[in-house]
Parts: sequence; C-alpha cells; structure tokens
Amino acid sequence: MNEATITSMNARPYTRRGSEIRPAVAAALLLAVTAFSHLLGARAEASPSFAPIIRDVQPKIVKIYGAGGFRGLEPYQSGFLISGEGHVLTAWSYVLDTDFITVTLNDGRKFEGKLLGADPRLELAVLKIDAAELPHFKLSQPAGAETGTRVLAFSNLFGVATGDEPASVLHGSVAATTRLEARRGVFETPYRGPVYVLDAMTNNPGAAGGALTDWQGRLLGMLGKELRNASNGAWLNYAIPAAELAPTVDQILTGKFVASSVDEDDRKPERALNAGLIGLTLVPDVLDRTPPYVDRVLPGSSAEKAGLRPDDLVLFVNNRLVQSCQSLEADLEHIDQADKVKLTVLRGQELIEVELGVSD
Amino acid sequence: MTHAAACRGLDALRIGKTGRRVLVLLTAVAGGLAGAAHAEVDPAVMKAEAERIAVMARAREPALAIFSNGGQGGGSGVVISPDGYALSNFHVTKGCGEAMKCGMAHGGLYDAVIVGIDPVGDLALIKLFGRDDFPFAEFGDSDAVNVGDWAFCVGNPFLLATDFQPTVTYGIISGVHRYQYPAGTLLEYADCLQTDASINPGNSGGPLFDMHGRLIGINGRGSFEKRGRVNVGVGYAISINQIKNFLGCLKSGRILDHATLGARLASQEDGSVIVADILEDSDAYRRGLRYGDEVVRFGGRPIRTVNAFKNVLGIYPKGWQAPLTYIRKGKTHETLVRLSGVHGAQELLDKVSGKGGMQPPEQPPGKPGDGPGKKLPFPLPQAKEAPTGAEMPEVVKQHFEARRGFANYYFNKLNRTRVWNMLTSRGDFTPLRGQWELKGQLLGAGEAEFQITDQSAACVLPGGELKLAVGDSLTAASDPPASGGLLAALYLWRRLLVMGPEKFGAVEYYGTAPMAGRPGLIEMLTATYGGVDCQFLVEPSSGRLLAIEMFLRPDDDPCELYFADYREVDGRDLPGRLEVHYGNNTYGIFKLTEVSFQPAAADPSQKEGQPGADNGPEDE
Repeated sequence: MNEATITSMNARPYTRRGSEIRPAVAAALLLAVTAFSHLLGARAEASPSFAPIIRDVQPKIVKIYGAGGFRGLEPYQSGFLISGEGHVLTAWSYVLDTDFITVTLNDGRKFEGKLLGADPRLELAVLKIDAAELPHFKLSQPAGAETGTRVLAFSNLFGVATGDEPASVLHGSVAATTRLEARRGVFETPYRGPVYVLDAMTNNPGAAGGALTDWQGRLLGMLGKELRNASNGAWLNYAIPAAELAPTVDQILTGKFVASSVDEDDRKPERALNAGLIGLTLVPDVLDRTPPYVDRVLPGSSAEKAGLRPDDLVLFVNNRLVQSCQSLEADLEHIDQADKVKLTVLRGQELIEVELGVSD
Repeated sequence: MTHAAACRGLDALRIGKTGRRVLVLLTAVAGGLAGAAHAEVDPAVMKAEAERIAVMARAREPALAIFSNGGQGGGSGVVISPDGYALSNFHVTKGCGEAMKCGMAHGGLYDAVIVGIDPVGDLALIKLFGRDDFPFAEFGDSDAVNVGDWAFCVGNPFLLATDFQPTVTYGIISGVHRYQYPAGTLLEYADCLQTDASINPGNSGGPLFDMHGRLIGINGRGSFEKRGRVNVGVGYAISINQIKNFLGCLKSGRILDHATLGARLASQEDGSVIVADILEDSDAYRRGLRYGDEVVRFGGRPIRTVNAFKNVLGIYPKGWQAPLTYIRKGKTHETLVRLSGVHGAQELLDKVSGKGGMQPPEQPPGKPGDGPGKKLPFPLPQAKEAPTGAEMPEVVKQHFEARRGFANYYFNKLNRTRVWNMLTSRGDFTPLRGQWELKGQLLGAGEAEFQITDQSAACVLPGGELKLAVGDSLTAASDPPASGGLLAALYLWRRLLVMGPEKFGAVEYYGTAPMAGRPGLIEMLTATYGGVDCQFLVEPSSGRLLAIEMFLRPDDDPCELYFADYREVDGRDLPGRLEVHYGNNTYGIFKLTEVSFQPAAADPSQKEGQPGADNGPEDE
C-alpha cells in the first residue's frame, strides 16, 4: 500500500499534498481525521451535494460593474453583502475608479454602488447600496480556517453570470495559511498580512472580492486580486482572512476610515494648504477621476525632503482616501498651512507614509 | 528501492491489521486518550467511497479516446448505445475528417465514422464498428442538476491516453444554465453546465457524469484567456438535455443548424426583456409578435434576461416549434413559434468547411454581455486540418457517402428507409396508382369529396368545385382559398405513399421534432417537389403519418394536414379524420367516411414507372 491508499482511506484530498507527513504528526492528524469522519459520514449518507448550502450563500453574493474594459482590464468583479442595509465588501481595484458603480444582487436587482471607504493596504473597499433586509454575512463572526479546511469559493469569475444568474462556485481546501511578505518582490501586492492559499483555481479575472466559505457556508475570507509569481509566472489562488478585514471594515462603517468626501459642515481654514505649497505637481487633471499621481516634485520643497517622487500615487491624506486629483486638492483645502499633513503614497507595490508641511 | 524509501515515513499509516494497531497506539499516545482512541473509519465514509469508486469504474467503460487516423489530433467521446453511436465535439471530429479511431478503457481500438454534426452547438455524432454490445452511458437529466452537486469528467486530456486508459477528474457543478457566446456564429455554448472538475485540452467531447454515473453533459470548453491553455477551474459542458433535442437530427447525417426567432431581444432598465427588432417575414411576426412586446416565457421557461432567452433558443434545432408567451398592453398572448435557421444553407457549409468561423477570434476586450467583442473562452484545441492521405478503413467506406449539405449521407438514406418501412408496415400503397377518392363531411358545412391522381387533385366542397392540374411548379397552388394549398398537400401525400421516397423527388430524413399537443418527439421526413417544401410527421411507435406541413413559399405559413382516427381497411391503415390548418386559423375538419382506390388507367404517357398499373381493380 502507499500514500494513495491513505488518501482514499480518510477521503481527505489535502493529505495528497502531505509530502512531509511525519509519524509524530501523522497520529494527531489521524485523530483529527477520525473525529471529522463522523461529520463526513453523516454527509455521505444523507446528501453529498452542496446545493442546499450554496442556495443559502448565493443571495449574499453580488456582481459589481465599473471602470475598465480595455487592455485586458475586466470592468467587473465580485463582492458580498455584510449588512442587511446594503453594505458590500469587495476588493479595492480600478473597477471602483468611477462614479458609476453598479451592484447586481443575486435576484437580478441592480443598484448604484456608493464607495463608502477603502483601504488599499488591505485591498478592500466597502460599497453601500440603497436596499434593506438583505441576506448577508456577519463579518464580525468569521469562521476560522487552517491548512486542510475545505472551502467553497463564490465569485463572478470571467463575468460568467449576469442579471439574476447566480455566481460561480468552486470547491477546494486551504493548502496553506501563510504571509505573502516573505515573498516580497515575487507577488506584487501591497498586502502584507496572512492569506489562505487555496488549492482551487479561485482567483480568476473578475473573482476578486468574492467570498470564501467553509463547507457549512460560513464566511472565511475574501478572494484577493489576481497575483502572479513574478519569477515563475504561476498564479496564486488565495483569500484574505475575514478577521484581517473586519477591524478596518468596522472603522469604515463607523465613519472613522472614510473616503475623501469632505463633510459639509467642515469649515475651510483661511490659509489653506494646496499641493503647490508642499512642492507637488500632480498629473494633468483630464479625466472624471484622474488618479492623483505625482507628476513633478519641486527641488528643495518639503515634498522632496520627505522623499516623494514622480509617479507616486497619493492614496490618503490624513488617512482619508483620495481618489482623484480634484479630491486631493479639496482635501488639502481643509488643512491649515500651519499644520502638518500625512500623505500615504503607493510606489510600485510599496506603501509609503510621509508627514510634511509647507515648504520653507 | 526509491518507492520503498518514499513510503518508509508512511509505514505507520498502513492499513494492514498490524498497521492499524500501531496507529491506535500512536493515536492514544499522541492524544493522551488512553484506550479511547478509535482508528476505524466510519463505515459510511468507506461505503460512500466504495460507491464512488464503483461509479467511476463503470463510467470509464463507455469513454472514448478519439484519435485521427493520421494520429496528429484527437480528443474524447462517449458511447451512448450498444450498437456504437457515440457523442463528441464537432471541433474534435473536424480535426479527424470522416473516419477516426476510438480507444476504450478495456484496451479495444475501434474504427468509427462521422454520422452527423452540429457546428453551432459544437456537437458530433459518430458510430463505432466491430461490436453490438458496446458499453454505453445512460442519459441523466441536466435540468435536475444543481450547483454544488458533485460531478466528474472522463476523458483524454493532453491526449495522454495512448494506452486508452481515460483520466477521471472530479469536482462540483459551479453553474447551470450558463450562456457562453459563440465564435462568430459557431461553437455557441447555450444553457451549458459549468464545472470546476478539470477540463483540459483533449477532454473535449468527453462525458460529464453525475455521481450516479449518468451522462449529464459533453465537455468542450473552458475559460482560458490569459492563463494559458490549461484548466483554470472553469469548464463548460453541453447539457445532455440539449443533446437529447439534437440527437435524432444528428442521426440524419445532416449538417445541422440552430434556431433563430427572427427577433432580437433586449433587456430594459426595469428588468423586462422586450422585442427590440423583428423580421417581418419571420414566423414570430406572423404569430403576432411585434416590436416592443415583452417576452415573459419561451420554451416553457421564464425569461428575465437576454441570456435566459438565448439559453432557450440555443437548445433547439432549426425547424422546431417552441411556445412563446408575450405581453402587450397588459394582455398576455401565448403562441407556438416555428424556428428558422441561424444560417443560410450555403453560409453554414462555408463556415463548416473552414472559410472563417472556426478560427478562434481575436479577443478585443469588452463589457460583459456586449455580444461581439466580448472575450471568448476558446474551445479546446484540435488537429489543425483534417488529415490528408490517410486511407479510409474498409468498414468506414461501407458506411460513408459524401453529399453536399451532409456530414454523411449514408445515415440519411439509412433512416429515410427506416421511416419509410415504418410507414409502409401499416399498408403498402405503392400499387395504388389509380385515382384516390376520399368522401365524407366537412364538419359544420356539408358533403365533401376529393379525387387525387398522378397528375391532379380535385375537390367538391359545399362552396364549390376546384381542380389542381399538377404542372412543373406547385408554388402557386394555394387552392382552396384560405387553406394554404390543401389540394397540393393531398397530392403530395398520395405521391409519397404511391411512389416512395426514391421516386417522389428529393426526400430526406430530417430527424426528430416535437409536435404540438403531443408528448415526446416524432420522426420527420422532408421533401421537395415542384418548388414546394413539405414535411411528413410520423409517429415512432405506430408508424402512422400524423401530419403533413406544406410550405408554398418559405416565408409563408404552411398548410397543415393532421391525420387522425386511423382504422384498418383491407390491411391498410387509413385516416378517418383530416384536420386542415393554415396560419392562425383552422380551415376545416373533414370526417372521411369512405376512401377508395380506382384502378390505374393504362396511360403510356405517364412519366413514372407503373408498378401495379395492370393489377386490375383494387379494393373497395
């Protein structure tokens, strides 16, 4: 007998990857398997299909349409409901780079999605649609997963589904729970936290923002954006654990981590800051929403001293998300020249924070 | 030995008696649960696994590894009948030409011939030779498949099966009723199943099974896009229920076309699907459908998206009828629409012969649902060209006949003869060359009488007398008025029964189709005479002629003759009732009380042969 027998004995696919099963852990593993097999047994006897669980999860999955549609950038992605009042968690991406985000529910209803907030460090965004009494995941109570946990992945990969057609479902297991930062430079992502690496082909075009659940349909995490190994070209299939996302989502929901839409009653100081005063020239503002890339840094300015460079993308002003040249300028108008401002910029895949004031 | 070395670390996990004892011990120690550990696997798990293994072992048997005779291409397939009919993809058989070799899991290698193709649906029917007891797959019901059901593919990925041992890949159903755009107008995957079981190049044409081992689809396509041409967890299978619709037509040896409604539908902001464009010469238009009408049901399914409409349309062969429900000004209308072809005859042949069409299109990205310009998931690769120079095996030669418009005319003749034999099993009409006289009542009107000969058809109706002298063309033969051409249709009825399909003119076997008000499918012959197309609908179980539909012009409604109340008279089955429809109206219902056959006149000027012409008086 050989390893294959073992695999078939406990019917756990992931053990096939267990090239390093040592006798010491093998026993513990077997114990786990034995305990788990009772669950499996019940399932095997009754209904082996996921259909009832999937029917329960599908109404929580949404299709998101926005910017893109050129140069291989699909204008769609996935998301899922995290409140009954229409809060949608999704991946922060170029798709949301527009004033016209459409969110299509599982039942085919279409809503305009408003960007409530985003955190590029976690590559997450929260949208709000004007609806009520929606089925949703409870992000605050995520189920845990570890290597070997069997999962279902829900997403609208390849934009296969439209209207009231349900999202696609793939099955697999967590192959590893690990951090991507050990592979810096290999995977181009600003995300540094832990991920569930999956043995299924989950992270296809359009899948970002989809939901990862366990075999009971409980939320485990959010499918990440496509990541390709820069050294060998392999695509990574992964999800960001819900526990990593929850605190930031909470902050967004409670208004502490908001998008740059400035409060109406927030008065502007008499002597307000602007980009020129700190030594930044932004790229020409030619689009509805021109991403606020740095075009030039004035020599000798505080921006130069702080280490800002051309092609840096400004993501936050004092932790407020900025999405365009216009909103960056609007945000700066609310900061007094006497105060310092904290800028968070994206350079390549690196997030850099600087604090600076008016140039001398 | 390397193998032994590799397994050493796993020795403790052996499932031998000794091994298990060691495990129990280890488990107890590791878990600190002295005596409580129980290393037996739940019998239910073992049972479920054993069942799965048994199902997969059975499902491997009818699977085919298809190779072109030249050996440079191929794919997969599956046998569906003991006499060797098998399904595959059109894009697989296209690379093989008319003849191919099929390897099976037990090691046998069989010659096979192309039977029929459906280039739009990417389907092909082939026939294997050499046995009458092939293992075959049983059909499931793809409409009963749920997202989340386990499923598995059997096939020949990467053409690995040089020893004919198929590869099994296992996964779940990821989506049902998916719509995948065609490449141009061919290779449309409508109403298909989506699975995350691995489908790779070479799996094309192979079976997708449910966990009872029932055939639910034919794998043929994946979303590959930028990931290279390997599985990305998204494969598509043609649903078996669509295949059931096409199977009878595939056996006709024809090159099949798919259906169009003659109308373009569009989604509205409010979620309704409306008619955005309609051809005035379409059947849908004649049935009352107009621009702006809201389509709510089609083919028995609710229509809430354009994809849903395309899904329904995609499962029908050209020539079928489907129920359509639409709403205009709050009023609901239900009708039955006759579906015409997507292509013109020449257009389809050009595309199939490779003038454009089969090349994977360039991929300009676009919005999903934009139609042309949308990224297309490619069908899996096949041999570039049909092999040249490979000698056609003798058995294939005997079962192949080339003819324009056909994948293999041999099978058309075979089935035309089969249906003809069914018809004549209930009475041989070929000796009855004289005048046919039908007498009875036109219900609600009065006495009626028809006389039909080799050259004419006449009637005496309450409204008057009419006579049709049959010349070179029947296209203007619309008498009696408002009947759509009842006299011509009766003439063609007699002509077929007397002359048989060989001498009638052009008679072909169409395949199977539904008939309104009747469950199941009927057999159909199509015929052309005097510039007029007509269809003969035959009941499979009884061999009775149920109806004739005659189209004086392709863009007009047919004259529909329904035969019923059959009774046996002198060893021949004769209809006692004739119902005539034209367009949306019933022309009349005839109760036939007397049918008689006069002896043939010894007329030397008759063009056709005269079998039975001097047989003396016939019956009645």
